[in-house]
Amino acid sequence: MAVTVSIPTILRTHTGGKKSVEAAGTTLAQVIDDLEANHGGLKARLVKEGSLHRFVNVYVNDEDVRFAGGLEASVKDGDTVTILPAVAGG
Amino acid sequence: MARYESLLDAVGGTPLVGLPRLSPSKDVRLWAKLEDRNPTGSIKDRPVLMMIEEAERSGRLSPGCTILEPTSGNTGIALAMAAKLKGYGLVCVMPENTSTERKQLLQAYGARIVFSPAAGGSNQAVARAKELAEQHPDWVMLYQYGNPANAGAHYHGTGPEILKDLPSITHFVAGLGTTGTLVGVGRYLREQKPGVQIIAAEPRYGELVYGLRNLDEGFVPELYDADVLTGRYSVGSYDALRRTRQLLEVEGIFAGISTGAILHAALAVAEKAVGRGEQADVAFVVADAGWKYLSTGAYAGTLDEAAERLDGHLWA
Repeated sequence: MAVTVSIPTILRTHTGGKKSVEAAGTTLAQVIDDLEANHGGLKARLVKEGSLHRFVNVYVNDEDVRFAGGLEASVKDGDTVTILPAVAGG
Repeated sequence: MARYESLLDAVGGTPLVGLPRLSPSKDVRLWAKLEDRNPTGSIKDRPVLMMIEEAERSGRLSPGCTILEPTSGNTGIALAMAAKLKGYGLVCVMPENTSTERKQLLQAYGARIVFSPAAGGSNQAVARAKELAEQHPDWVMLYQYGNPANAGAHYHGTGPEILKDLPSITHFVAGLGTTGTLVGVGRYLREQKPGVQIIAAEPRYGELVYGLRNLDEGFVPELYDADVLTGRYSVGSYDALRRTRQLLEVEGIFAGISTGAILHAALAVAEKAVGRGEQADVAFVVADAGWKYLSTGAYAGTLDEAAERLDGHLWA
């Protein structure tokens, strides 16, 4: 079960500068654990006290996971997971 | 047509128009709330007017005051018009990567612009405005990201207008910037029609805009209330442009680029309703018209070229 994870500039220190990496899992939590196994330090940047960091947004195929189960959001083979820092609009 | 005593009295009361050609079926219909019909051409006239009136009532604003605001454009333009008519000065803090039309309009209205760096997007504008507010305690920052009157304008205005025109509404879709529209309209609709879906369309920009130094520089507007929303989509420049052009070509509506992102999310929820065999009336916001984005090349050449030109720009 491989998904493509898009990594924002600010977190690429953990992926050797790579913009996107592959990861495995059927939930977002599993994908993040798999990311951590290959790119140490990422999990601590993304997850605080068991939920997503306040200023981190994660989308599975462009849908915000906070409205799809959060860390338990399901992912399937071929999905794109996009990680972005929270920025202002307006 | 109605008659108004002044331009400021003509805010709101915008039309809701059906989109028979873009709607996926007779049972799943799309409706556009034409907020470009406001006095300065965007939805921002609503929150700006209410924030100013609220500050006047509370005594924070009085004639001769200078207003300070971080804005990527439309709020600044609405403020510039209202400030001109009401006799206030205006200082806008705006990211340097916004369209040239926005800058020229603000200058034409006599507003002062302080530019913030492109990297980091509006976060930097907010931070810079907060610094300026400390240095100039006599300036009045209405602060659209945290001012309850922003959401209040939509709770008392936009929301009731939509429900009156479309009592059968099942979905409301709008852009997520200050979060004022979604929180205000969403709260009103959910009180009146439990079960209504409130969907956010959030612009996804080029990498430059996300160029924060660390995650703690991230920003979530104080007004944001995730409990009001039922879904949130991130829409990139390519899809936003594609839908902006589709709206013009198919339904004749010349909208700004953020509206394309909103339409993209509206079509996604509409298709889901079709797939489930449900009836749906999906209302979405046309936040502004396309005039202010012509210089970005959004409407010319291929989509790929236009998306490339837009990379690094704040288009919502």
